Amino acid sequence: MISLKKNIAVSESGFVFNPTTGDSFSLNGVGTDILKLMKDGKSEAEIKSTVRTWYDVDQDTFDKDYYDFLKMLGQYKLLDAE
Amino acid sequence: MKKQLTIAVTGLNNIDSPGPGVPVIRALRDSEEFDVRIIGLSYEALEPGIYMHDVVDHVYQIPFPKSGTEVIYSRIAYINSLENIDVLIPNFDAELFNFIKLADRMEKELNIKTFLPTVEQFEARHKVNLEEFGEKHGLLVPKSKMIFSTAEVPKLAQDFTYPVVVKGQFYDAHIAYNQEQVATYFNKIAAKWGLPIVIQQFVYGTEVNIVALGDGEGNMVGAVPMRKQYITDKGKAWAGVSLDDEGLLNEAKSMIASSKWRGGMELEYIKTSDDEYYLLEINPRFPAWVYLAVGCGQNLPEALVKLALGETVENFTDYEIGKMFIRYSWDLIVNMKEFEEISTTGELGTSSKKRAS
Amino acid sequence: MEKQRYERPIIRRLNTGVMNKFGTKTEYEPVTHIDDCAVKDLLADYGSPLFVISEKKIHETYQEAKRAFTTRYPKVQFAWSYKTNYISAVCNVYHQLGSWAEVVSGFEYQKALKNGVPGSKIIFNGPDKTVDELKLAMENKSLIHIDHLDELYTLTELCEETGIRPKVAIRINMDTGIYPMWDRFGFNYENGQAWDAINKIVLSDRMDLVGLHCHIGTFMLTANAYGVAATKLSELALSIQSKYGKKIQYIDMGGGFASKNTLKGSFLSGYDTSPSFDDYAEAISTSIMNAGFVEDELPLLILETGRAMIDEAGYLLGSVISNKRLSDGRKATIMDFGVNIMFTSFWYDHKISPAQEFSHHTEDTVMYGPLCMNIDVVRENATLPPMKRGDQVVVHTVGAYNMTQWMQFIALRPAVVMIDLQGKPHLIRKREELTNIDQQEQMPDYLKEFKL
Repeated sequence: MISLKKNIAVSESGFVFNPTTGDSFSLNGVGTDILKLMKDGKSEAEIKSTVRTWYDVDQDTFDKDYYDFLKMLGQYKLLDAE
Repeated sequence: MKKQLTIAVTGLNNIDSPGPGVPVIRALRDSEEFDVRIIGLSYEALEPGIYMHDVVDHVYQIPFPKSGTEVIYSRIAYINSLENIDVLIPNFDAELFNFIKLADRMEKELNIKTFLPTVEQFEARHKVNLEEFGEKHGLLVPKSKMIFSTAEVPKLAQDFTYPVVVKGQFYDAHIAYNQEQVATYFNKIAAKWGLPIVIQQFVYGTEVNIVALGDGEGNMVGAVPMRKQYITDKGKAWAGVSLDDEGLLNEAKSMIASSKWRGGMELEYIKTSDDEYYLLEINPRFPAWVYLAVGCGQNLPEALVKLALGETVENFTDYEIGKMFIRYSWDLIVNMKEFEEISTTGELGTSSKKRAS
Repeated sequence: MEKQRYERPIIRRLNTGVMNKFGTKTEYEPVTHIDDCAVKDLLADYGSPLFVISEKKIHETYQEAKRAFTTRYPKVQFAWSYKTNYISAVCNVYHQLGSWAEVVSGFEYQKALKNGVPGSKIIFNGPDKTVDELKLAMENKSLIHIDHLDELYTLTELCEETGIRPKVAIRINMDTGIYPMWDRFGFNYENGQAWDAINKIVLSDRMDLVGLHCHIGTFMLTANAYGVAATKLSELALSIQSKYGKKIQYIDMGGGFASKNTLKGSFLSGYDTSPSFDDYAEAISTSIMNAGFVEDELPLLILETGRAMIDEAGYLLGSVISNKRLSDGRKATIMDFGVNIMFTSFWYDHKISPAQEFSHHTEDTVMYGPLCMNIDVVRENATLPPMKRGDQVVVHTVGAYNMTQWMQFIALRPAVVMIDLQGKPHLIRKREELTNIDQQEQMPDYLKEFKL
């Protein structure tokens, strides 16, 4: 399962700091929510259904955006791939 | 009691090639007459001035010059609604055009005062127009030419003798000894600062600089000449010393008299072995070493604020000769929380000092 | 519970790489309406993409230009530059405002006549005028601006043949201190070509030399060059007067005024740096006024400015086809309009605004057009909110040249709508259909059938 690296902190304002690399990032609202859900250890299915109950978005659109977002998280070395 | 003023200042990038913001603020904080609340205006989240809490009271990010005057005005109006700014001092060449254009509107609608050169002065002193400016005001200026393409480089030999100086329209200058070097610098500078590129005849001699303040009526309020004693690899002053150079003072005085320069400025000259002064560049704002003038007894930023407020200012008649400045760096220790705040909200309140209500 | 408005999740790295004093710009501020018409409705009614012309903006800009010149100079006439935008409805807005027509081909000339412009109010410019076109222009008493000696000889022959005495001007090119110098059109001032042509015209005594014309360049960011040009033309007019006793009736300063667009590679916004009509007017008027004409004999000043008149009145509305991630991690957005209909994206960084609200978060994206061609790049780098398929955008300042230089390449050309002064949209050019292109083609019989 793909999960967020343990030492990554996500603040309310959507600020993320990666203490391993020293990089910092900013997220928009949906991005912040996804990272927080990941941080809480939610599964992919749980994250998707939760976001879709919070936001007005259809499944196909969100699926596509979600995978693109995960790819960016991977590229920024914020994920643990197990 | 000292007069309370809120002053907004840009140029907080007190890095190895420093902006003049922090030295200007330091000068204002030294004022005997004013008690200032300083509003820092920053472009980047890592400008050191943002985190210097005894220098800047509150910081706001502002949009980059290319976003245009409308966007910048609305941001300044927002900041003013919270801070009630009395005077605004921009310190970057590249942002000046926009602030000059906005000056009247800021004064009328927001009651923010500035003391800036006119658009005509600003344009006339531009590197690409400097030769004409020199002719008009009787100043020696090295021959120069704008080029728009590297295809024009081979033809330069008709008008110039190598070496020449290759300059960007706002920043950057390199000495080139042949065509190939010109082409290399052309591409380097064009990629960063755009076109045109200015080619200037290299003049042999000693570089001397002078910081000055013109009152817009042709009178020079004050000026301090300086020679860089040591420069960094970026050509910036590392250390410098104030000079007893009557010739240079006269050059600045006549330039200001003839152009009726309004605002702070730095003039860069080459003094040849025949004691001729060639004007290389006019920077339309105070330089980063302006605090040397304060150290020599001329608080030029304070005088500029008075001029902006419409107060009368006595000319400075004297300054200490042989005073030096030596630049040093200092590592601030900053909490991530502050970086987060400026990055995500575009603001950082850094001082316990209260806003004037 | 009401659901929140969704926006694609984005993550953006802060302060990477070298610190730059002035980096990317934020340009984003949604534009949902043009002259009270909702972008959404316009696209629903006329399809996407769609060009929109604001008649209101045309009027405002025209009045601004007129004020700038007429407050400084007593006799001013504008001529609408057909090549800038020759959709007939657009031309007629200018003709209703009082503009003559300025054309550079037989096709444009016919268009002006068809729009109802009297022949005597058409200025015929350009290097390519056929014998028949010249004849027609002579019969219509149009103002023929001679570009080269071959044209002058042809015209002389036609005068003999028809017995008509046409009204002509010559186009002059000259050094005004700007680079590049346009010396391919007309006769050079400095090397004596201009005098040579003038002597031939006057001595042949078959045509009336009524004007002098120049057009010093395009997107001129310095108004001074116009001052230099106006001085030189005025001197020439006065010398003709003293040498031949013939009064030059008009000086035509051409066009080339910059619009509010931002040229690629420039550092500040074109909105702030382009000279205003006042700047150009000041430079030109001062030069002519100071040239030494007797006051009531000042020549008529004709201006053919096109770009600065209409650029801001034109918008291109379009929609997002898809978002992509490029191999190096950059975001790419594919739009339904490309360089085929927005030719000017080759030299401007056009301002692009989203047409719906977003949060303040943005990301950098390359904007591509829909063509299957690598060069189809609308913006190399734009900072915009996260847009999804179907989201709409407004491209600003596209009124000049796009609706004439557009290509029917790969795709058909979109509709053009004009919003009138009351805020009502009118279709002024229909979306192209296959038949529009097809009807020009002919199929040899032997190619009509095939088996696959």
